Amino acid sequence: MTTEQVEAPRSARVARRSTNFEKWGWIYMRASGVVLVVLIFGHLFVNLVAGEGVNAIDFAFVAGKWANPFFIVWDTLLLWLALLHGANGMRTITNDYAYNPTIRRVLHWANGLSTAMLLLLGTLVIYTFDPCPAGASADLLPSFCAAP
Amino acid sequence: MWSWVLHRITGVAIYFFLLVHILDTALVRVSPEAYNAVINTYKTPIMGLGEAGLVAAIGFHALNGLRIILIDFWSVGTKYHRLMFWAVIALWVVLLAGFLPRHLMHVFGG
Ligand code: HEM
Repeated sequence: MTTEQVEAPRSARVARRSTNFEKWGWIYMRASGVVLVVLIFGHLFVNLVAGEGVNAIDFAFVAGKWANPFFIVWDTLLLWLALLHGANGMRTITNDYAYNPTIRRVLHWANGLSTAMLLLLGTLVIYTFDPCPAGASADLLPSFCAAP
Repeated sequence: MWSWVLHRITGVAIYFFLLVHILDTALVRVSPEAYNAVINTYKTPIMGLGEAGLVAAIGFHALNGLRIILIDFWSVGTKYHRLMFWAVIALWVVLLAGFLPRHLMHVFGG
């Protein structure tokens, strides 16, 4: 009796051993979420609750915060983690509702492009910030600009 | 189901605020005058109410997000998902009870 030859299944796609983007996206949403709770509530407390709250915010207030490396790191993390979390969430929602392949592709591109541009813009703003721009009137600047 | 709807709606709302917020903060790189002009509109009564709504949305999204994470990773998370939903609502009420009076006093004076 001969052994029957079973043909290999003609699966459309051979299992690929590549990174699983959706899995890492899923993990990222949860990992970033935990960190964002701390970053966002800290941000809201410092800007809206402490002292004069929203009334205290102006150019000098921002300059005062970014004179401290602690807030530079804080705000950089906030920018990257929150924007990537939000953008990945919007990608999920696009996949859920945009049935038309063309519209879906356009939305994915718009999402990706705007995210990349805002990450670049935000990062540049934080790291090229000038607390004492030449020619600005002194009463709008943080007090430490007056020092000789 | 409703927690999912609320999570999605608040997520989208916060996302669009974040886009605007990165752009308005970028004005610090333009000039102190430009930044102050825009940020002063955040201190008006209407925007003050908007900020209250925004914090309410973020508060729900954050607390419910932690609940989702617990459902996914905590061994008995799925068993207590309903109880945790009510815990989310309770913590959310406490959060807003602490935040709203203080913020509304900042905005409306008092
Ligand atoms: C405060 C801390 C936050 C926590 C704990 C949190 C947690 C989560 C979790 C666990 C998910 C579910 C992901 C999934 O089902 O796979 C999610 C979805 C989402 N989040 Fe957040 N998040 C936070 C902040 C934010 C912020 C700041 C934004 C906006 C920039 C945002 C926008 C979204 C969006 C758009 C979704 C997709 C909603 C959906 O698929 O229905 N989240 N979040």
